[in-house]
Amino acid sequence: MAQSTRIGGAPRVDRAEVLAIPVWRIRLNLMWRGLRANAALFAENPIGLVGLGIILFFALMALAHPILMSTVWDKGTYDPVLGIDLAIPLHPTAPSATHLLGTDPLGRDILSQLMWSARSEFALGVVAALVTVVIATTVGAISAFYGGLLDTAFMRLADLIIMTPFVTILIVLSALFDVKLIELAFVVGITSGFGGAAIIIKSQALTIKVRTYIEAARVAGGSNSHIILRHIIPNLLPLSFLYMMFTVTTAIFSEAVLSFFGLLNIRMSWGLMIHTTEYTGYLLDLGKWWLIFPASLSITMLCAAFYLVGRALDEIVNPRLRRR
Amino acid sequence: MAKDPLVIVEGLQKLFPLAVGILSGEKHYIHAVDEVTFSIAEGESLALVGESGSGKTTTGKLLVKLTDPTGGHIKMRLNGDHVDIAHLKGKETKRFRRQVQMIFQDPYESLNPRRTVFDTIAEPLVVQGVGELQDRELRVADLLELVGLSPAKTFLFRFPHELSGGQRQRVAIARALIVEPAFVVADEPTSMLDVSIRTGIMQLMQDLAARLDVTYLYITHDLAVARYMSNRLAVMYLGKIVEIGEMEDLLHNPLHPYTKALLSAVPVPDPTIHRTAPNILGSIAKPIDPEPICRFYERCPIRESICAENLHPPLEDKGAGHRVACYLV
Amino acid sequence: MAETLLRVENLTMHYTTRAGEVSAVDDVSFTLDKGASMGLVGESGCGKTSIAATILKLLPENAEIKGGHVFLDGTDLAPMSESEIRHVRWRRISMVFQAAMNSLNPVYKVGDQIVEALETHLPQLSAQETRKRVEDLFRLVGLDPKLADQYPHEYSGGMRQRAVIAMALACHPDLIIADEPTTALDVIVQDSLLREMTELQKQLGMAMIYISHDIAVIAEVSDRIGVMYAGKLVEFGDTEAIFKHPIHPYTQGLLSAFPSIIGPKRELATLPGEPPDLISPPSGCRFHPRCPYATDVCTEKVPVYEEHRPGHFAACWHPLE
Repeated sequence: MAQSTRIGGAPRVDRAEVLAIPVWRIRLNLMWRGLRANAALFAENPIGLVGLGIILFFALMALAHPILMSTVWDKGTYDPVLGIDLAIPLHPTAPSATHLLGTDPLGRDILSQLMWSARSEFALGVVAALVTVVIATTVGAISAFYGGLLDTAFMRLADLIIMTPFVTILIVLSALFDVKLIELAFVVGITSGFGGAAIIIKSQALTIKVRTYIEAARVAGGSNSHIILRHIIPNLLPLSFLYMMFTVTTAIFSEAVLSFFGLLNIRMSWGLMIHTTEYTGYLLDLGKWWLIFPASLSITMLCAAFYLVGRALDEIVNPRLRRR
Repeated sequence: MAKDPLVIVEGLQKLFPLAVGILSGEKHYIHAVDEVTFSIAEGESLALVGESGSGKTTTGKLLVKLTDPTGGHIKMRLNGDHVDIAHLKGKETKRFRRQVQMIFQDPYESLNPRRTVFDTIAEPLVVQGVGELQDRELRVADLLELVGLSPAKTFLFRFPHELSGGQRQRVAIARALIVEPAFVVADEPTSMLDVSIRTGIMQLMQDLAARLDVTYLYITHDLAVARYMSNRLAVMYLGKIVEIGEMEDLLHNPLHPYTKALLSAVPVPDPTIHRTAPNILGSIAKPIDPEPICRFYERCPIRESICAENLHPPLEDKGAGHRVACYLV
Repeated sequence: MAETLLRVENLTMHYTTRAGEVSAVDDVSFTLDKGASMGLVGESGCGKTSIAATILKLLPENAEIKGGHVFLDGTDLAPMSESEIRHVRWRRISMVFQAAMNSLNPVYKVGDQIVEALETHLPQLSAQETRKRVEDLFRLVGLDPKLADQYPHEYSGGMRQRAVIAMALACHPDLIIADEPTTALDVIVQDSLLREMTELQKQLGMAMIYISHDIAVIAEVSDRIGVMYAGKLVEFGDTEAIFKHPIHPYTQGLLSAFPSIIGPKRELATLPGEPPDLISPPSGCRFHPRCPYATDVCTEKVPVYEEHRPGHFAACWHPLE
């Protein structure tokens, strides 16, 4: 780059000093600092910590399963889908030394089922959440920025999605198609993304659009895409991230409902555990509590955990909610 | 005018339609800027002064092409010839943005809170595709020293919330100047700063103006600050320029009744001087569908029938570049 | 012989934040006579708004009066409970806040809002008397009484500010504290509002504390001026004395930082540095990092606030004399 002609005089900075640390390293450092600051803020909120604790608990569960399967547990007996304990004649059995949460009517170990399913619940949640974030942020940013027909179209679509009962859609879909977990993840992600989340993100994008620094970016010569990508979306991401949490809750819960009705093509899940209890006639048999409670408790707790984390994040994203 | 002007504004007009019911069918417009004509010579600093609703901020936005005029022309001498900036397209607009920049009023709002000082100041370079990362880093650091944020290294990667108002405004100034523009519009850059910080910024802008040969349009409501920053003054009222000329000339010898009222309303930081009340009637109106008479008629203390029977008076030269829009002067 | 209405003695107020305790008002003392007007000038964060809030005990939860007294006609307001101070607010001391025009409720007519204030604080008035007083108040502040039936959004900025002042005057208080009442207004509107406030003050025999960062406005409106810096009152005296013979270097710095349209165009002086962090303020004199005359004693000992000339107080180890 040619030496500037108007800002004259000897260079005011030491070249070597300024270029000492490469920019990427500085940015990484800044991101790390930001993360730590946010983590500290998050840690002040007991709600968030409880939620995080529960999530970690289930995450450990998911990770522990393959370890247990390859070490302590015998594959034939403890496989969550095909296992059967032939040593005991009558199933389901109550919790015992060998089966900590008992067995289900088909002779399978409940604890093993619980732990194995945790993994798919997480996968489901993460995929659905990511899909939602991408869609909601894009739709929200574009609607707010360009307005007009595009905006109207997206907003009417969102209204439509909000109006339609979600579970009904799922049931119809599963009647028409063979719905697997990954497909469910996408359906939840897409409907969440184009639905309520898009509207909220759009209204946030609208407040950003009129900020002075956007005008400044325009005067600097920024094109529409530059402004959307470098100014609007980065300021939307905290809010999108927040909505992610609520999407996970929806995803896990929808899976439970679909599985309960036997409409989901999945080998094992918490919802399927309850379904098994139902079609074998033990649903109302409270004496055999281990057939329902571990599974339903897990669903509730994991959903609640993500919701709590979402609420805690809300207080970070929305400083006005913070207690001084 | 000895020098060939850098900026020529002719009959500039900006109308904003008022939201109107679907059934009424009538259209109303806010005449934010209404047939404004003036020019700015190279190296000059013109202060644009007025109260709220005068159109000064809108004029500033028109000059940096944040919005386009509904009438009239803005011609700027960019790379030789005068170009009508309303008709620029694509690449030409980008080139325009290298020549014309803006410093905004609110140092807390004009910087993206998520971007570092480096990113903010380097943005014009990035968008214009100037230089590589290292070149930009050096150039930004150099500019930080120039605007008094020293040592540059410590400020380079700070975030806006780590800076004070005065420091943020220095960053905003650096951002405006990094592309070495020929013309800068400063929209009340000191009004939101503390007094003791304000003078520092004002001095910085003066210093840079001289050093970099930048032409300024300084928009403000504060006449005292305008006096300090500029050598020429234009007074606006309800979208029109009512008086324009050399700063000291206008301050000591105002001709238009509005200018006189404005000057007499400014509080004086001297308890021994007692100001007389400004000679002006009524209260300020919104420039919605104004009558085709002198715009100042409603409030003018010396109005005559001639003022209500003709269109708004044109600017007339009273000597030494001092122009007034009044039938009675 | 003027009577003392308000006597503030060694008032100290802190508030707690996540980052630490902020020493917002530190050992401030001044007096105000009945019917007199006083200006409090300083930059943002100097504590001038905090003092007003402290006098009226309009403090947020994390704020606390750490010491000192606020004597209103001999009665100390500082230790009062919320119910006790409520009798003082509006009736004896009222306040016009910054950007007060935004404190008008948009869904109620302006007149009704003043009626409500009157019904709360002067319940002994009949409905007729209340309505009459609202009309009188409107006329007092230069508003057409017919405007009482309109909503805030139908008023201009200047009109709204007048309405808020009318509300503050509703109970004919002894003291009105105005915090930057004209900052958001155009200069011509500001001028008429300032004239009216001074006029009203004389008419009603009210005392006034006018808070602003604009020393020109303060010069025109106040008999006495208090200069605040970083939570401390660094100088206090008659307006003319402050302008012609400032004692504290900060006052001098502030005076020479204001451009003026009167007189020759002069060079402006800059004060180097920034106002300090009030969580850990500078040791000794809080102004020493920016003071051109600072010496070692300034960094070690807090300067004593004393009377340097009759009626002219300052806190400085190297007063300009």
